[in-house]
Amino acid sequence: MKPTDRRAFLKIAGTSLGIGVLYSAYPAARSAGEAGNFFSTLGSASGEKVAPFSFIQLSDAHVGFNGPPDPLGTKAFERAVDMINNLPQRPDLVLFTGDLTHDTEDRDVHVQRMKQFQEISKEINVPLIKCVPGEHDAGLDNGALYREFFGESHYSFDHRGVHFVALDNVTRAKPEVGAEQLAWLKKDLARFAKSAPIVVFTHRPLFDLRPDWEWFTSDGDDVMNVLSAYDNVTVLYGHIHRDDEHQIGAVHHYAARSLIFAFPDPQSVTGPRKPIPFDKEHPFKNLGIRTASFNGKSEAGSSPVSIEDVELTAREFRGINGVHQFLRDPRAEK
Amino acid sequence: MHASKRSVALLSYSSRMFLADSAVWRCNWVVGAEEVPVIDITAKRFAFSPDKITLKKGQTVRLRLHSQDVTHGFFLRPLKLDEEIPAGQTVEVTVTPQTAGTFTTICDHFCGANHGNMNMTIVVE
Repeated sequence: MKPTDRRAFLKIAGTSLGIGVLYSAYPAARSAGEAGNFFSTLGSASGEKVAPFSFIQLSDAHVGFNGPPDPLGTKAFERAVDMINNLPQRPDLVLFTGDLTHDTEDRDVHVQRMKQFQEISKEINVPLIKCVPGEHDAGLDNGALYREFFGESHYSFDHRGVHFVALDNVTRAKPEVGAEQLAWLKKDLARFAKSAPIVVFTHRPLFDLRPDWEWFTSDGDDVMNVLSAYDNVTVLYGHIHRDDEHQIGAVHHYAARSLIFAFPDPQSVTGPRKPIPFDKEHPFKNLGIRTASFNGKSEAGSSPVSIEDVELTAREFRGINGVHQFLRDPRAEK
Repeated sequence: MHASKRSVALLSYSSRMFLADSAVWRCNWVVGAEEVPVIDITAKRFAFSPDKITLKKGQTVRLRLHSQDVTHGFFLRPLKLDEEIPAGQTVEVTVTPQTAGTFTTICDHFCGANHGNMNMTIVVE
């Protein structure tokens, strides 16, 4: 069995049509033996009943941004909320990986934007919503306003046998986590077994995706060194306004599309980073169904977590031009 | 004027004249124990000026970085450049490029809406 099959515990599938990504984590709670016992113990320790669950990643709503290449403001974000609320199975959790709002030097304006984000997101009919800041939320004031609205910028919690870690690589104004948070991360993870399922969610990529576009974290290697001690780590991030998959060692990194506009493929473009404009002729030119599947079938005694494919479908959206590229089911195009 | 001083003066004068029309970079030769060329770079939202400089592989230069407004960063991993330019201040960094190529140096200290496009080119020949 490939190393990735043994270690990956999340299967990601779905349209990811700018509305985020739906994940399904299916801890092998029902399996007998060491795997089942492990999750039972973990669940008891965290107070959560170990059971299968799904969750959503949303990213980069940039509430407050209005203008080219996206004149639609929060329409895609609002539509995403609507779609999540109409999923056949309600997810347990939404993770928002940063740039909730667009930056402004006017504190009052930024307050309004954060309030607007909260107003939209509170319509999501999901019991738990967790966020990390992006540089547009927190880069200008070292996260002071963000913390007033959303609490700590780095923290962790457990849910149904999975340990979630929110990492902040923006409030220092530079793309870095910093020594203090690194020490916290190490201490936070120290109580977990090597095989514990861990989901890290953060804003910027923890590796050098495109440093000249500031798609990196300068001490990302240090973070990865801490995470490398664990076999079942998945990193979710945003910032790049496109979906992306990357594997470093045993750790899988997944980026979610934004809810505002897209950036091009970093491997296909040299030179400056420019947003992809809307293309009326090819509304799905850089969008579409994204699937990433691993052999998630758990075998007794191997990976402690098995995973399921969950496909997120989108109803056709009729209305504002341009939003189609985010929200129309691409199968309807054929 | 002594010959040595005259030749230094001529060298200095000719260097300045040679570069007078160049919009790429301005170099002041420092006469002294260390003849390290100094290149002035200004950072102001959201651009560096000049936006392109050319260095020589193996030659040490001093970059004098000045912020005209807020705090900016000056980051380029291949040349081990990772500086913070405090608001309104000047910092200096010495670099000896070991690798030829064309590199993009970015501001990596978030400075506002168009921060993501604040960069400059360093060519190493």
